[in-house]
Order: sequence, then C-alpha cells, then structure tokens
Amino acid sequence: MALDHDTKRDFKIIGTRPLRPDGIDKVTGRAQYGADQSAAGMLVAKMLRSPHAHAKILSIDTKAAEALSGVKAIITAADFGDMRKGEAMNVRDHIMARDRALYDGHGVAAVAAINEATAKAALALIKVEYEILPHVTEIADAMRPDAPVVNAGFVQENAPKGYSENVVSAHEFGHGDLAAGFAKADKIISRTLKTAATHQGYIEPHACLASMGPDGRGELWCCTQGQFYIRTLCAEILGIEESQLRVTASEIGGGFGGKTTAFIEPVALVLSRKAGHPVKMVMDREEVFKASGPTVSSEIDVKIGMTKDGRITAGQAELRYQGGAFPNMTNWLGAQCAFAAYDLEAVNAIGINILTNRPKQAAYRAPGAPMAIYAIEAVVDELCEELDLDPLDVRLKNAARKGTKSSYGPTFDEIGLVATLEAAKIHPHYAAPLGPNQARGLSCGFWFNFGGNTSVSLGINFDGTVGITEGNPDIGGSRASISMMAAEELGIPYDKVRTIVADTNSIGHNDVTDGSRVTFAVGLATIKAARAAIKEMCKRAAKMWGIDEDAVIWEDGYAKPAGQNAGEFEPLSLAKIARKSANTGGPIAGHHEVNADGAGVSFGVHLVDVEVDPETGFTKVLRYTVFQDAGKAIHPDYVEGQMQGGAVQGIGWALNEEYIYGADGKLQNAGFLDYRIPVASDLPKIDTVILEIPNPGHPYGVRGVGETSIVPPLAAISNAVSRAIGVRMDQLPMSPPRVLKAIKGAKG
Amino acid sequence: MQYAAPETTAEATRLLADSPGTARVLAGGTDLLVQMKFGGLAPDLLVDIKNIKGMRDVTPEDGGFRVGAAVSGAEMGEHKAMRALWPGVVEAVELIGSTQVQGRATMAGNLCNASPAADSVPAMVAANAIARIAGPDGERDCPVQDIPTAPGKTSLQKGEFITSIFFPARPDNASDAYLRFIPRTEMDIAVCSAGVSLTLDTNGTCTDARVSLGAVAATVLLVQDAANALIGSKLDDSALEALGAACSAACNPIDDKRGTIEFRRDVTAVLAKRAAKIAQSRAGERS
Repeated sequence: MALDHDTKRDFKIIGTRPLRPDGIDKVTGRAQYGADQSAAGMLVAKMLRSPHAHAKILSIDTKAAEALSGVKAIITAADFGDMRKGEAMNVRDHIMARDRALYDGHGVAAVAAINEATAKAALALIKVEYEILPHVTEIADAMRPDAPVVNAGFVQENAPKGYSENVVSAHEFGHGDLAAGFAKADKIISRTLKTAATHQGYIEPHACLASMGPDGRGELWCCTQGQFYIRTLCAEILGIEESQLRVTASEIGGGFGGKTTAFIEPVALVLSRKAGHPVKMVMDREEVFKASGPTVSSEIDVKIGMTKDGRITAGQAELRYQGGAFPNMTNWLGAQCAFAAYDLEAVNAIGINILTNRPKQAAYRAPGAPMAIYAIEAVVDELCEELDLDPLDVRLKNAARKGTKSSYGPTFDEIGLVATLEAAKIHPHYAAPLGPNQARGLSCGFWFNFGGNTSVSLGINFDGTVGITEGNPDIGGSRASISMMAAEELGIPYDKVRTIVADTNSIGHNDVTDGSRVTFAVGLATIKAARAAIKEMCKRAAKMWGIDEDAVIWEDGYAKPAGQNAGEFEPLSLAKIARKSANTGGPIAGHHEVNADGAGVSFGVHLVDVEVDPETGFTKVLRYTVFQDAGKAIHPDYVEGQMQGGAVQGIGWALNEEYIYGADGKLQNAGFLDYRIPVASDLPKIDTVILEIPNPGHPYGVRGVGETSIVPPLAAISNAVSRAIGVRMDQLPMSPPRVLKAIKGAKG
Repeated sequence: MQYAAPETTAEATRLLADSPGTARVLAGGTDLLVQMKFGGLAPDLLVDIKNIKGMRDVTPEDGGFRVGAAVSGAEMGEHKAMRALWPGVVEAVELIGSTQVQGRATMAGNLCNASPAADSVPAMVAANAIARIAGPDGERDCPVQDIPTAPGKTSLQKGEFITSIFFPARPDNASDAYLRFIPRTEMDIAVCSAGVSLTLDTNGTCTDARVSLGAVAATVLLVQDAANALIGSKLDDSALEALGAACSAACNPIDDKRGTIEFRRDVTAVLAKRAAKIAQSRAGERS
C-alpha cells in the first residue's frame, strides 16, 4: 500500500482542539475511578505492613485475628503460588514479604473483613515476630563489599566485580576512542551528581475490586495503565490461565508510569478466592508512598571534555541507580539516554543497578533519563560557563541530527533537536533581561518513545456513526486523539466517533500505556483499521453501483467512482453505505493488530528563569518555556498539557521532592505535607512551543510526547540556580537548606 | 464515642470534667478530625463548642478585641478593624491551611494543638494575647505563651477549655508582622517563623517590642534579647543585626526532614529582621 509510506500533510481535524470526551464525566463525578466500584457481598481488604526496613519474619500468628467476628479471610505469602523466577515473582514478592521484610512498608499479611474498621482491628491482632537485620538504603552504602545483602541471587554476569551482592547488573553503551577525545579537549570537567528518589505523585491511590468465583474464573476492576499486563501478572501469581481472568481498567487519576504494574490486585484476588466474596482494596496515601513504585535515586560520575570553541570531544558517565530491593532495567535505559542529544566521536556510558532496602521502583515518565541527562547537562553547562560560551550555541554545535550515530547505537533518522534549539534561540524568552539574584538555565531532553503490541477495532454503526474499541487506558487524552485520527481518515466529523477503552476480553492484546506509545501506536492501528473499513465501504459501494470494487475511491467521507471510465454515480456517504450495509453483506468494521515499531525519538529544550533568595536559599521559578518536537500534534491542548505537566513534575523533582530515609531505614515523609510536589502558586504559567518534525514511522507523523518533557527540567533548573548563586549545585533536590549551605560555603 | 454540642460554657466544662475517658474539644476540627482519621486518636467524648454563645464573635473590648474560640481564620481575615489593629496576627492565622481549612480553622485550636510550628501562636505571643479559660472552678486568664508546654501538650487542666483570646489596645504608631519560611508558597508547615510586634515614638524610635520565634524549640519562644535589640533604635542595620543574632542565639532547633539546625538558626534571624521592617513600616502608616 503506497499510503503506508506517505506522511499526510493536509488535515481537516488533526491539529484542532475539540472538547475532551471525558471532561463532563470528570467534573460532574460520573466518571468511575478505581475506588468507585462496589459489589453485593463485598468485603474490604487491608494490609499489615512491616515497620522495619529489613527483618527476618520468624512467625506470623493470625489466630486471634481470624477469631474476630466479621473477618472472612487472612492471607500471607504462603497463600500465593510458587514461582522461582521472572518479573511476576518479583512483583509478588515486592507486594508480600516471603521470609524477610525487605523495606519499611513491605506487606506481611492481608485481611478481608466485612468493613474497614473490622479489617483494621484484625490487623492489630496479627502477631508477627521479627528478627531485625542490618539494612541499607543508600547507593554508596549498598555497594560496599561488606554491605548487608538485600536480596540475594540477582547478580548478572555483567555486574561489576569487587562490590557487594547488591550490585546486580551493568549495561554499557558508546563508541570511539575516549582517551583520544579527552586529549583533544581544552577543558575537562569531572563531577559526581546525585538525585533523590521521587514519586509519580498521582492523586488517585491504587484501588481495585476483585472477585474470584468458585469455578476459578475471576473479574478484576482496577486503576491501571495496562489491564492486559495486570492480567498477565495476576494470572501468573494466582496460577490461572489468562482467559479465566477479565480485567477492566477504571478511569485513572494520574499514573505517569507508576500504574504500569501491580501493588494490590493479586492480594485482592487471593483474598476473594479464599473468602468467596468480592474484595475491595484501596491504598491510603502513606501506603502509596511506602509500598508502590517510586523512581530510582542516582549517583552519576560524569566527565566531559570541550574545546575552547565549544565542541565536545569526549563524554563519559557511570550511572549508579538504586531502585529498591528488586532488580530493574532503568540503568539500561538511563545509560542509553545520557548522551543521546549529542553528536559525539567518543562516548561511553555505563549504567549500574544496585539493590537497597526500599520499595521496588516503577516507571516514572522516561524512566532513567531525567537523572542521566541532568548529570550530563549540568556538566555541559558548567563547561559553557567556564569557557564563557553561549549554552544554546554550544548545544547547537554538538546537537545530534539526521545521520548522527547516537550514543546508544542506532543512527538517527529525521529528528527535531536542531529545530527545537533554534526555536529556543529566537524566542523572546532567551533574550529577556534578568534582575539581581536571577539567572537563566536550559537543558536538552530526550526520550526514545515506544510502539509495541496494539489491537484496535472500529465499527461502522448502521446510523453512520463510528465506535472504536481500544485497550489502553486514557492517561493523556488518547480517546480524543484516537477519535480525531479515525474521523480524519474516514472523512467524518469528530463528534460522530466515540472511542472506548475495553476490558481484556473485548479486544486483542495491548501493551501497557507506557513509553509514550499510545497516540503513536494506537493511532497508527486506528488509521489502519479505518482504512480497512474504507476498503470494505468501497466494496459495498461497488456492489450498490454494480461496478468493480477497484473502480471506487474514498474521498472526504464519500465513496466515489474512480474516474469517468468507472461510470457516473452520485457519491455515497459513509452514513448511506452504513444504512444499507445489512443488505450489502452485513455490518462493516475494520480492525488492525500490530507490533508497531518506528516510534520516532523525541527531543525537547527547556528554558527557565529563577530567582534565588540569597538569605534563605528559596528558589522561585519566574518564567518557563518548553520547546518540544511532537512530530504532529493531533490535539494540541493535550500535547501542551503533556509538555506543561512534565515541566511541573520536573520542577518538583529539582526543588523539593525526595524520599527521605532516617538512619533506621524508615521513610520519614510518606505524605503530601513533607513530600512536596509543587502547588499552583509555586509555578509561573508554563509556556509551550510545539515543533512538528514528522516521524516517518507514522502515517500522520506522530511522535510520543508524554515523557520527553520531564527530562530537561532537572538540569535546566539546576543550571539556573547554579548561575544565580555562583556555585555549581550537584545534588537534587535543591531544597532551601541545601542551596543556602552552598551559598554560605562559597562565601567561606 | 459520644458527641455533645452544649449551649453554655458551664455545660461544656461539666461534660469535659465528668468524662472518665479521653475528651476533646471540637471547634474547627482541622487538627482533631485529621488526628482521628489518620493519627489513631479515638476520643470517648467530643465537645463541640460552636453552639455556645459568643464563641463565634469578635467583640471590641477596652480598645482591643476579644476573639471567640470558634472564630475561623476566614472570619478573622474579613474583620477589617482587627486586621488594622493586629495585622501580624491576622496574616499569621490566614497562613494556616487551604481556603477550605480557613473556613473552619481557629486560633484557639491552633494554640491548643500545641505544635511548635503553629503559625498563629508566635504572632499571638508577640501580641501579648491573653487566653480566657473556662473550667470547673470558673474563668481564668492566661498569657498565650503559657498555654503550650511541649509539643502536643498544654497547661490546661481537666475540664478546662479556651473560650476566647484577647488582643489588647495599642498606640497608633504600633504594629506587628509575622513571617514563616516554607519550601513552597502555601499548603505547608513552618520550617521556622518569627513574629515581631513593636511601638514607635514620634521620632520613629522603637519604645517597645516583643519578638517571638516558632518551630525552633519545643514551644514558641519569646525572646527578650531580641526585643532589647530593637528598643531604643530606629531599626538601623546594627539594631537589625543584633536582633538577628539574638534570635539565632535563642533558637534551640532540631535537625529533621524539614530543615537543618544551621538552616533554622540562619533563616530565623532573616525572618525576624524582615518582620521587624514590615512591622516598622506598618506602624509608620498608622501614625
């Protein structure tokens, strides 16, 4: 099909800003979130959690709790299936401690009872005997050869030697001769930079309603970014076949990657199986902080060499990531992203994964990239300052472009970094004057974007409207974007199309809503599904006209004869063909299934102005502009929303957000009072500039936009603060005590 | 759990005094209900004082104001005369919580919650506010700074509760200010704070001052050395430096997740100096 390789340029609906389809439900309260479902005979579940960072569980006595009136089931790790390896085992063991509690808040037992008060009373009656073990929550401590071993048996062959068993894997990327590169440099800067673990901070806590029948078939309603993956995990953990469990995703009150895995669902299902009743489980905020999946914390060594005129001659980084008591792949991602914005002759990045007594990390927008690029961009900025070079010009001079062999291997196709940098350079923000104690910072950002397994079904209703069934929870406006792409392709108005997110048994497999994949991959499948329906509608028109189906074309919502040779017929609208479809061969539908590749990487550049109070270390963000390549912005409101949201989360990460562990290994700030996400009054309006450098891998040129925007803020703000106070900051968050200390240190 | 909403002070004190278990006074409830919901507090008796006459009134008295124990932050903020007389107190009260919390939160509750980081307390201490306490033996008055004795603890005896807080009259050329440091711009809790109340003479020389500090010790501190640094000065740089030094010296803070000892000592001095300048400027405007 020739169409596959054409990137469409003229649009009627794409690029407009129609009303969001979920808006009224959300503002009126009609939308059903995770905790909004109930069932007859439903029980309420609560978890007992370890108060220790690391402890051997000697015994769990549930007798007194079981005897409490209203308690219907109590489970421990012994009630879960036996598994010896794989991610599902790690998920299971992260949810419920087996022989050892591995972090403060690790689940130890769970109760289902007739109401919350009874469930809580039962938790208080469960007696757990612990033997407290030495713990380790920080990267450097965990690496020491004599460190307490957090979780044995995960060391891979590629793990660096000479450290404790907590150092489990390393992934290395790069090319070229580093020594020769550094020899060419006029200035080399080496630094170690640190970032704290942060949480996605979604407002809706994890919630689910689980029901396992006596026949072994189950129903699960939950708040998730991926109902199919939840089904896979739960089926494996429960030891049932996937077909026996139907998972329906609720509306979602924020995910940002943190709802790509399971934290409570298997517990509710096992409790339901044991109690013979539906079980509802809702985490409270403290549980969300302690026992969901925050991001990694990091310590990153960076060494970069630059010539006097601003050419980077070599770049090297060792990225050490801890992501809790279980292994992860974030080190693999981070090491690839670190230098991705630059066209380098000599580059090397190695990402190391370290286990600690903390909860198992989950994805958070561009996992691994914000910390990696923070470290690189901070050192690039310091080189610019030291060599008295314009930081935007230096980025332009070194920017990756089409044909660049990327730092992680592949050669880039059409990419938008140069265009994005140029847009920033000519923007009034870059030349705006600054006052005392104020400074400007900037950073590039990068994310791969993913495609993945996708199924879409599109039905042409008899009344000429269109229903689309897809399988990815809508976390960023995908229902609107999918409807718009279908309407564009079919040539009908947007409001004739309704897209729904289906359960696991109503559509073919779909990967998790992650990797900024949905507008790209589901959009691509939707366009293909629409084309399949168009092909069928052309066939029906041919049948109605009595001509050959190859003699019918589709244009602006109408079937038309292909030319004069095909005959003179009045064009048939989609609605007319739909109305007649029962008589021309039955219902008309299109569907498409694909493992989509060609997602198209996305670059962004952020500019930020800050003012630092020299007497208190308080940083005020004065002005913020996001420049990002969207490939093609389907619904620009949502694209801008992604750009603004990423910037705001990055501002929080840069200035105040952090997991704070005490010497006892316990999390000290498991709540929104002391885990400080930005509030509205902390922020200026986040300005946005959308660039559109079409992705050749998508029919309309779409690139994912959901993750790149959280990558640049960390370095952009760090660079701005460093310039404002005249001291290079090398640790996040830049909380006021840390900034004030740096200012005082500089004064001597 | 029992809930009572008596209409008289006598009935309220009787209920509180006679309760054999844990009794709590409910005014705005913005601390109490949170402790009950999330902190594991399960009182046997709740005495809601909002139905008692006068509890929700701001009443002029001897040139000052008597503020009922159930007057909310939002009501304080809308009381123009109170704001004009004690702007530092009103701005402190208005910093507590969100708009929704402001509709309920009270100064008396903020005081009895006995958090060293309570926003309204340093301002009240600087204002030399007097709490009126009802109890089984009748009424008594007590300076606000003597109510909290330790974090979460007060000097109130069984059966006692605060019915109002009195803010005295003051000369025209006098005013006050309160500043706190938080890492955000709102919805937060003070890392450290300072209240300054002062009186100027016609030449602009400070004749009287009270300086209080929050979140830098187990209770709010009233720092006489800091006041002495201001009295007799026109708040010139050397007086302000002496004020800051006195405040830093008086601090006895802890290192915790909200801030370090060093940070609190440094920033307390900064806040006291800035609050003094604001109070000076306000006093000038009133003279």
